[in-house]
Amino acid sequence: MDFADTQDETAFREKARGFLAENAENKANAKRTNGTGWNKDEALAAAQLWQAKKFDAGFAGLTMPTEYGGQGLSPIMQVIYHQEEADYVTPRGVYEIGLGMCIPTMFAYATEAQKQRFAKPALRGEEIWCQLFSEPAGGSDLAGLRTRAERDRNADDADWVINGQKIWTSGAQFSDYAILVARSDFDVPKHKGLTFFFLSMKSPGIEIRPIKQVSGAANFNEVYFTDVRIPDSQRLGAVGEGWKVSLTTLMNERFAVGIAPAPDFEEVFDLVRNTELEDGPALDNALVRDRLADWYVRQQGLRNAHFRTMTALSKGGTPGPESSINKVVSAVKYQDISFFGTDMQEMAGIITDPEIAAMDGLFQTGVLSSPGYRIAGGTDEILRSIIAERVLGLPQDVRLDKEGAFRDLPTGQD
Amino acid sequence: MNFEFNDDQRMLRDQARRFLLDKSPPAVVRETLETDQAYDKDLWRQFGEMGWLGAAIPEVYGGSGLGHLELCVIAEELGRALAPTPFASSIYLGAEALMTAGSEEQKQSYLPDIATGAAIWCLALSEGPRPATEKNITTSVSDGKLSGEKLPVADGDIADQAIVVAKDGSADGALAGLYIVDLNGAGVERTTVDSVDPTRSQARLVFRDAPAEKLGDEGWPLLERIQDRAAVLMAFEQVGGAEMAMEMAKEYAMGRYAFGRPIAGYQAIKHRLADMYIQTELARSNCYYGAWALSTDAAELAVAAATARVSATEAYHFASKENIQIHGGMGFTWEFNCHLYYRRSRNLALALGSQRRWKDRLIRALERRNAA
Repeated sequence: MDFADTQDETAFREKARGFLAENAENKANAKRTNGTGWNKDEALAAAQLWQAKKFDAGFAGLTMPTEYGGQGLSPIMQVIYHQEEADYVTPRGVYEIGLGMCIPTMFAYATEAQKQRFAKPALRGEEIWCQLFSEPAGGSDLAGLRTRAERDRNADDADWVINGQKIWTSGAQFSDYAILVARSDFDVPKHKGLTFFFLSMKSPGIEIRPIKQVSGAANFNEVYFTDVRIPDSQRLGAVGEGWKVSLTTLMNERFAVGIAPAPDFEEVFDLVRNTELEDGPALDNALVRDRLADWYVRQQGLRNAHFRTMTALSKGGTPGPESSINKVVSAVKYQDISFFGTDMQEMAGIITDPEIAAMDGLFQTGVLSSPGYRIAGGTDEILRSIIAERVLGLPQDVRLDKEGAFRDLPTGQD
Repeated sequence: MNFEFNDDQRMLRDQARRFLLDKSPPAVVRETLETDQAYDKDLWRQFGEMGWLGAAIPEVYGGSGLGHLELCVIAEELGRALAPTPFASSIYLGAEALMTAGSEEQKQSYLPDIATGAAIWCLALSEGPRPATEKNITTSVSDGKLSGEKLPVADGDIADQAIVVAKDGSADGALAGLYIVDLNGAGVERTTVDSVDPTRSQARLVFRDAPAEKLGDEGWPLLERIQDRAAVLMAFEQVGGAEMAMEMAKEYAMGRYAFGRPIAGYQAIKHRLADMYIQTELARSNCYYGAWALSTDAAELAVAAATARVSATEAYHFASKENIQIHGGMGFTWEFNCHLYYRRSRNLALALGSQRRWKDRLIRALERRNAA
């Protein structure tokens, strides 16, 4: 056992370090910021600038084929880059869905001309993508979606007309393109009536409404479709095979949805070391130490599981179980640490004003943001079912939606 | 990055698993549970012959010189099989203490017999139901004679030699040291005591002017270093046990039908099994880091060992109690094997000190690292 990089990995890590040191601010020197605020214009401009820099220096699309502007490297290099970038303040987030999920789906299903047209602008950050999947009636049960895709006429290459509503669409407000799954047939079983497309977010008939979250931020949107037209050439996969295409996208989501943000162990340890309780330093309090130890071993468990994944990737294998347990562990830890951090501040823990609250209100922000992490990208419950079924091989739940026409399934709305 | 066991180590694991399936099945474990037999002598002899006991002991001292990573691999399999032997006492604690602090002469005279299994060692630390701290130790040594009472001492009734933690003289503020005492010699009285896990033995040792030989010069810090090393190895046993309990629960849930289908199909059961998996994988990952720190004598050993120990204790505790729960009433019967894992889980969780103290120790190690 060792933690040494291979020669190629060392060379790449050095290159990444050099690029980051020259172009980004190290977290050690930066002032802690409160929330990302990535729907603001200046944040968006900063993100675009950063993505273009990465592209020009050869750090965008690390695992994507070189003929489409990628770097054609193995997944381990992506992991190494992420490790290095984690030490710097960089405006990430805007491109994660596009490059992590949408473009990989395009690679699997789009035509050669489409790949040539869309890959590079996405990699350079000139075009932003979002993912139109979830619906009011199709969240955890994604295949229950009801947005309609109808043929305008019966010709083979006829346009599709989309009507319906999507929800929880991150970044829809500033996206240029999107991938979309919709129901093209209500008379066949649920999973067999879906068809997959990509489209311009500037298409007539699209209306975007921000959703204000518990935290006060609006990272998600509702997206309404009224007679939105999509050429048949922008269909990905066969008619009725949209579920299969969606699974390609979701497979990539398991790697794209990462670990929950700060406060993590380091921040709560920092807070505790600077807190005085009624009977002395907080760090001397047995209950406090007990909780700290719990979070440390979880954080390290994830970190060490990540080393095992890296080992597998480095040898050309597939990622281990880490990808399925990451979020389920870190989202709950994020919420627990946030609650505990406000407890440490006693009655003043209720105050969010960054001028007053400890560590610029980091823990108060966590209290209000963490519930979303336990839901987005697969709820705690869905992820446990995924582990149970796909990793442990346990039977699926009893299903009442596999047979018969989709339109006859009960909805609770009748 | 190479954070997995290599091909040779994996081969050793497969061999060990096959051997233990054959030689240490539940029926063999139950012989120790249900009779007066303190351990399985036949199994112990074969561990010696196969070179398992001496896996981390250098060849010059009669070991097989494989290394600590190999010992971790073996430990995990012993945990899976609940092997009823004094492996932890004699190897994780005895041999590690001698290798860490023994003089050349002590290593030469003691390690070869440990490697063959001819001599069994144990650590005598606790003095009854209070935390084993340096301040609480009352056993003392003067003029090379040791007196006091130790309870419980794992394998103290069958061991040949004990490493006894005792104070140098009985004055206030005397510092603790480590002493080797021949348990077959004069001034030693030992009695077996009943415990939660009869597949492993526990004893009360009373010393009255027993001849004692100093081990190392450091005392308490040395004891903690030995415990760190043992904690990593024991954490592998715990992970092995946790994974086995999870597999038992899964197999039972797949075959047990209620309300017309396997109970493994109900979310209450599925999600609990998923939680067992999550905890076991986190603990396993922390154990790997501990194994790396142990095998390289890294400065991070104290943090890595406590991390591995705390998460492995938690994982085994959860898996072994929920295994009984998933088995329902049958899981609470003597006949089913669930209780063997439940007992062992509690035994290992207490063997090196409570979870509370290891968590405290982890934070202490982090404070030290932070101050450095």
